[in-house]
Amino acid sequence: MDNNKSWIDQRFPLTKVWNEHLAEYYTPRNFNFWYFFGSLAMLVLVMQIMTGIFLTMHFKPDEANAFASVEYIMRDVNWGWLIRYLHSTGASAFFIVIYLHMFRALLYGSYKAPRELIWILGMVLYIALMAEAFMGYVLPWGQMSYWGAQVIISLFGSVPFIGPDLLVWILGDYAVGDPALNRFFALHVIALPLILVVLVFLHIVALHTVGSNNPDGIEIKENKDKDGIPKDGIPFHPYYSVKDIVGVVVFLMIFSSIVFFAPALNGYFLEHANFIEANPLKTPDHIAPLWYLTPFYSVLRAIPPMFGSQFPGVVGMFAALLILLALPWLDRSKVKSIRYRSWPYKVALGIFVISFIVLGWLGMEPVTPINSLLAKIFTVTYFGFFVLMPWFTSIGKTKEVPARVTE
Amino acid sequence: MKKLLKTTLSVLAGLTLSLNTLAAGGVALDSANTDINDQKSLQNGAKLFMNYCSGCHSIEFMRYNRIGKDLNISDADVEKNLMFNSEKIGEKIISSMSKTGAVQWFGTTPPDLSLVARSKGPDWIYTYLRSFYKDEARPFGVNNKILVNASMPDVLWELKKNKSAQDFDQDVRDITNFLDYVGEPAKLVRVDLGYKVLSFLFVLFILSYLLKKEYWKDVKYGKWRAKD
Repeated sequence: MDNNKSWIDQRFPLTKVWNEHLAEYYTPRNFNFWYFFGSLAMLVLVMQIMTGIFLTMHFKPDEANAFASVEYIMRDVNWGWLIRYLHSTGASAFFIVIYLHMFRALLYGSYKAPRELIWILGMVLYIALMAEAFMGYVLPWGQMSYWGAQVIISLFGSVPFIGPDLLVWILGDYAVGDPALNRFFALHVIALPLILVVLVFLHIVALHTVGSNNPDGIEIKENKDKDGIPKDGIPFHPYYSVKDIVGVVVFLMIFSSIVFFAPALNGYFLEHANFIEANPLKTPDHIAPLWYLTPFYSVLRAIPPMFGSQFPGVVGMFAALLILLALPWLDRSKVKSIRYRSWPYKVALGIFVISFIVLGWLGMEPVTPINSLLAKIFTVTYFGFFVLMPWFTSIGKTKEVPARVTE
Repeated sequence: MKKLLKTTLSVLAGLTLSLNTLAAGGVALDSANTDINDQKSLQNGAKLFMNYCSGCHSIEFMRYNRIGKDLNISDADVEKNLMFNSEKIGEKIISSMSKTGAVQWFGTTPPDLSLVARSKGPDWIYTYLRSFYKDEARPFGVNNKILVNASMPDVLWELKKNKSAQDFDQDVRDITNFLDYVGEPAKLVRVDLGYKVLSFLFVLFILSYLLKKEYWKDVKYGKWRAKD
């Protein structure tokens, strides 16, 4: 065995990689519940790729056959229904996990120096994931697939001057149709997964260079023993690998409960109207994207058209996403963790979370005067969180950060 | 935590209710109360569907022999009692009505019902089939409370006339049950498999938790390294 190992090590840094990233990668000992979601996101990514490969074997990216091929998978392919439900539930699970993972960063200031690049890579990952999910949702070619795509893609048509040409270029046609379905398929199964995998790799390389943050927001590397090992660190393997296995099993229990007992989750994970084949001649009464995109959809609808153009809304929607990239530089606080932050940050974070959830809920609802007003209010508070951040992170009294991690 | 869970559940329940009501355009739906494990009900539903519905409505994603296999009906019985439009047992269930004829007779083509239980829900089907009333202004002399100005005639009127209200409701429930099954044949095995998977995961959870606890003793007592 050792002979084999050295044979490989002379040709490939196997032991070195193993040690640097697992056995001698020192991780803060005080991780809590919020630290499960990074590894869970990896699990879901692998699951989506695995199930996706098998779905691709039977799916037909063709306007006339796409919808029927999904039903063929659901009925005639052995275990096809399970593979499809794992994939469709996996899409929503991916976003639940990612949103909790991002919220963790907000709680403990994990985006702050020296982890700005980890945050930025993560945000680009998140945006790529949204594109991946959106295109995947178009493929089954149900009514919501079709009309959701029609609404979202038509936004590009509102770009001044080049809009109409841009739209035709994206769709390969004047409306969502066979060419769009085919290219979305290509992007969904090849281009975006490749980008996601590369970004995950970079995200982890950056993380392992700087080291993990922790619920106390302390840099454990500043407190090393005489061997150069952080006093508050423990090797990732075996301690966090065995802990993450518990997280994985609990996650799978919740995940399986949805897959086996409520795969459509009452229209939240698989929309009712998407069980009707796409019909370009019949616009549904109510078009809504799936839940994970709705906060941004709400921002889009909250901003009124100006000069007869929807473009300001589109800009607002993308701004709501891109402003997250600036977070590391908007936060002026000296401390990272919510445990030691001043009260204004805690209040602001609370308002932000409420804004995000309410915007998400409004995005699924039909537009009514009261909904529209609520969307406007919460769009303002959403942006307010970022715009006012330099101010509210620099006021108020922060608590003293301990030198070592707390239990 | 418990309180949070309770509120979340009640909010979810509220959402579900409001969604169901909205689905019928404001008219409250009756609960279909179907049981996919009730094989007799599914068999009766299949018989009624083939006799009263399949003349106009296809269920194009469903095959005759799949129904036989799933509902425990022999191929010979399927061919004799359920197969009116096809030659081969493995064929999909397509109605024999021509499209042009349908438009001529009903003003529209009768929709395929493979997925109606998934898009509209069993409660909708159950309520719809029981909501026809006399309306001389309509071409077939009937209208529907749920789907106003429906093009469909009240095909079950004969059943309604000859049976007690309770038996009629049961027949409609059986058709609904059958359509629910047709919407997702995997439902017959999905839930059972779910319990097995969860049981397995539960055992795995205990084992993985004990494994974690054992390893973390080192961390707790600072034993993973002798120093510090």
